[in-house]
Amino acid sequence: MSLIAVTVIGHDRPGIIADVTAVLADLGLNLEDSTMTLLRGHFAMMLICAGPPSPPEVEKALEPLTADGSLQVSAREVPPEPDLGATGVPYVLTVHGGDRPGIVSAVTRELAAVGGNITDLTTRLTGSLYLLVAEVELPADVDVDVLTGRLAATGESLGVGVTLREQETDVL
Amino acid sequence: MTSLTEWSERDLGVDGHVLPVVTAPHPVLAAPSERVDPSDPKVAQLAADLVATMRVSPGCVGLAAAQVGVGWHLFCVDVSSHPKTRTHHGTFVLCNAEIVEATRREKAREGCMSVPDLTGDVKRASRLTVVGSLPGSGEQVTVPTDAFEARALQHEIDHCSGLLFLDRVAGAHAVYPRRTYL
Repeated sequence: MSLIAVTVIGHDRPGIIADVTAVLADLGLNLEDSTMTLLRGHFAMMLICAGPPSPPEVEKALEPLTADGSLQVSAREVPPEPDLGATGVPYVLTVHGGDRPGIVSAVTRELAAVGGNITDLTTRLTGSLYLLVAEVELPADVDVDVLTGRLAATGESLGVGVTLREQETDVL
Repeated sequence: MTSLTEWSERDLGVDGHVLPVVTAPHPVLAAPSERVDPSDPKVAQLAADLVATMRVSPGCVGLAAAQVGVGWHLFCVDVSSHPKTRTHHGTFVLCNAEIVEATRREKAREGCMSVPDLTGDVKRASRLTVVGSLPGSGEQVTVPTDAFEARALQHEIDHCSGLLFLDRVAGAHAVYPRRTYL
């Protein structure tokens, strides 16, 4: 039993997920985590599945979906990752402003410098507006005021606004 | 009784016992609960048990009967010490509660003792009026509230309808692993 990472990217149409997952189910693979979105109109899906087939067998079985060149598929074995639980305090980072090269790298560099780990990220470009939203876990010993100041300075140099707020979850 | 705030589990006249909390995918969490007779002593006992179980569960501000494996339409709530609370009515248990007015929906991230590994962003009314009956006396009460007590009441009434916060998440990317950092 191995863990296989499958990625599917290409021209969007109704039925891609139904087609791909039918192939995986027929191979006896169990879907564990998956995510899918449209990136600039392109279908983009990644999933981790578990089961007996080898990655080449998975790619072979998915080949008919790639035959017309509209989709690219890959399947690779991945090792199981230990669940480390929470590694820090959860925050949500939002950046938006005029588009220009380097926004994501400059802002995320500041997070990485203090050991902040991004656990979810979306960026969107609409017209000239650039938007980044990220879920970040910050180590408990990070001075958030100092980090907020650094992010604000980075944002200012790029002409974008940066907000960092703690993500509260209420258990009911 | 002059006000709901004065109600306490002592009014039930029985000692509550801590019950184990069931987690999804347990079928009792996915089925609508049966309406109950609030004056039934078994309902009063379960009401006391719900309060006792809520009290020993860290951070717990509400618990529905379905969460202890009983498909009866009652729940307890106590948001009095939560920082997001504005209006509150202390500890109380409602049977057969229904929402009669709900306005000003706001989004917030919720977790649930019965879904220990996930959280999700859920829009809920921040102004709310609920009617229900108190266990024991069976007295019907109207609960006008707001903010966090409103959210907690909607979450518990959802449990009585066989709904989890997962049924109301704001979108496909609005569910997150729950990672409790201590």
